Amino acid sequence: MSSTVQGSARPTARPSRLVVLQGWIDARFPMTRLFKEHASEYYAPKNFNFWYYFGALSLVVLVLQIVTGIFLTMNYKPSAADAFASVEYIMRDVEWGWLIRYMHSTGASAFFIVVYLHMFRGLMYGSHKTPRELVWIFGMLIYLCLMAEAFFGYLLPWGNMSYWGAQVIVSLFGAIPGVGESLVEWIRGDYYISDITLNRFFALHVVALPIALIFLVIAHILALHEVGSNNPDGVEIKKVKGPDGHPVDGIPFHPYYTVKDLVGFIVFAAIFSCVVFFAPEMGGYFLEHANFEAADPLRTPEHIAPVWYFTPFYAILRAVPNKLLGVALMGAAVLLLFFVPWLDRSKVKSIRYRGWLYRSFLFAFAISFVGLGYLGMQPVSTAFTYAARIFGAIYFAFFILMPWYTKADQTRPVPDRVTYDAH
Amino acid sequence: MSADAEQIDASRRHFLLVATTVTGIAGAALTAVPFLASWKPSARAQALGAPVDADISKLEMGAILKVNWRGQAIYIVRRTPEMLATLKSPEVTGNLRDPESKEDQQPKYAQNENRSLKPEVLVLIGVCTHLGCAPMNRFQPQDPELGASWPGGFYCPCHGSKFDLAGRVFKDVPAPLNLKVPPYRFITDGVIQIGADAEAA
Repeated sequence: MSSTVQGSARPTARPSRLVVLQGWIDARFPMTRLFKEHASEYYAPKNFNFWYYFGALSLVVLVLQIVTGIFLTMNYKPSAADAFASVEYIMRDVEWGWLIRYMHSTGASAFFIVVYLHMFRGLMYGSHKTPRELVWIFGMLIYLCLMAEAFFGYLLPWGNMSYWGAQVIVSLFGAIPGVGESLVEWIRGDYYISDITLNRFFALHVVALPIALIFLVIAHILALHEVGSNNPDGVEIKKVKGPDGHPVDGIPFHPYYTVKDLVGFIVFAAIFSCVVFFAPEMGGYFLEHANFEAADPLRTPEHIAPVWYFTPFYAILRAVPNKLLGVALMGAAVLLLFFVPWLDRSKVKSIRYRGWLYRSFLFAFAISFVGLGYLGMQPVSTAFTYAARIFGAIYFAFFILMPWYTKADQTRPVPDRVTYDAH
Repeated sequence: MSADAEQIDASRRHFLLVATTVTGIAGAALTAVPFLASWKPSARAQALGAPVDADISKLEMGAILKVNWRGQAIYIVRRTPEMLATLKSPEVTGNLRDPESKEDQQPKYAQNENRSLKPEVLVLIGVCTHLGCAPMNRFQPQDPELGASWPGGFYCPCHGSKFDLAGRVFKDVPAPLNLKVPPYRFITDGVIQIGADAEAA
C-alpha cells in the first residue's frame, strides 16, 4: 500500500514501454500526428445522416476488391487459351475459389452502387460547391478510373459477352475523326481483340489502375480533410468555434464516426453476403448469362448489353443515329459531371434550403439516370429509342440549364449552426 | 568574395531553368516512345495477320461462307441474279447512305455497283461499322422482323444497323459507313485469297 503511494507520487515515473515506443516512432515518422489529424482530432459535423455511410463503404469495397483481386491473380491465367478455363478452375477446383471470385464480381457491382449513392449525396447537399471543388474533381477522377477498371476487368473472364463488350467499347475510339482506326489498333495491339489485348488489359486492371485509384483516394481524403466535411445542412461548421478552438458542431471522427460507420458496414456486409451466397449472378445483372460461354470472335451474342452500371451511358450512345455524335454525347454525359461545381450558381449548398427548381431538376435527373439504365439493358426498339432520347434530353438539361435554375431558384435562409435533434 | 559575386543574375537563372525544363520534357517524351510503340501490333501479330485462302467452289447460290482472317469473320456470299437485281432497284438505292461507295471502304477494284470483283461473289468483312458487332445475314426479302420493304441484306442485332446485299448501309441507322470489303483476289475460279490485293486488271 505504502509503496504504491510512494511509487505514484514519484515525480519521475517511468513511462510504459508502449509510450516509449510511440515516442521513438513519432521522432522518426509522424504516426501520432497523422492519426490525430485524420481521425481522433478530425472534427466532422455532428449531423451526418444515412447518406454519409457511402463514402466509408466505398473505401471498404476498394479494400475488398484489392484483397480478393490479389488472390484471384494467384490462379488466373491472362491468355486467350487459358483465361476462361482458369476462371472455371477457380470456381470448381480451388478451395474457396468460388467465394473469392463471387466476392470480387459482386464487389464490382457493390462498388458502383455505393459510389452512385455517394455522388448523389454530393449533389443533394451541395458537397461540390466552394471550397470543395477539388474534393469533387478527385472524386470524379476516381469514378473515371473505376469505370476503366471495371471495363478492363470485364474482359478477363474471356466469356463471349466479355469479348464483344470489349469489342464495342474499344470501337468507340474509332469514331474519332482521322486517328480513330489506328488508335483502335494501338489499343488492341492486334487486328482484333486477341490474346495480346487480354494480356495488356490484365496488366492495366491489376497494376496500373489500382495504383492510380489508391493515389486518387488519398488525394480525395486529403482534400476533404483540408477543408472539412460538408453536412446535410450545407453549413460550414468551422464558422462557429468553441473556446478549445474546435467547431462547436463538430465531433471527432474517431471514435464517433468510426463506430457509426461500423454499424453501416455490418448492415452492408449482411446484404453483400446475401448476394454472394444466394444470388451472385443477380439474375444476369451482376454476371451476364452470355458470359458463361467462352469468347468466340466470329459470333456476336444475340443481344449485347454492358453490365448495369454502364447502361445509362450506353442508352445515350444507342439513342443517337450518328456514330460520332453518339460517342461524343456519351463522353459528355460523364465529363459534364466534372463541371458541376462551376455550373451550380446557387447561394446555398443543401437541398434543404434550395427551392422547388433545383429539387425538381435533381429528381428528374435521378429518374432519367435510372430510366436510361433500364433502357440500356433492353434490346433495341423504336419506342425504347424515343424514351431514351427523352431521358437523355432531361439528363443533359440538368447540366446545361444548371447555371440558370440554380440562380433563379427561391432559396431559403441558411441557419448559422447545423440543425440537430439531440438523441 | 566581392559584392559582385553575391549579385544574382536573374535572367541567366531564368534561361537555365527554361533550358533544363525543355530538355527534360524532350527527354521524357523520347523515353515514352518505346513504351507507347510497344502497344502496336507485334511482329508475330502481323505475321498471323497474313492472307488466308478460302475454297468457294462448293458454295451454293444464295449461300454464305464465313472464314476467319485476322480474327474477323469474312463473309463470302454467292449472290443469285434476283439478289443482284435488288442492288439496282431504286427502292433500295434511294434509301442508302452511300449507294455509289464513294467512301473509302473498299479497294479500288471493288468500287463498282456490286462492290465486288465478280458480280455474283460478294466478299465483306463481317464487322459492323458502328461498334464492331457481327451483322447477321437476313437474305430473305420481307423478313418478318425487318418489315415488308426489306430487300434482303445484313442486319446488326446489337444496335439495329441495316445493310443491303452489297454491304451498303441504309439511312437512319447508327452505322455511318458501308461494310468494309477486304483486299482479296481470285487464285483460281474456286479459290479466293483474302488479305492480298488483286492486280490491276
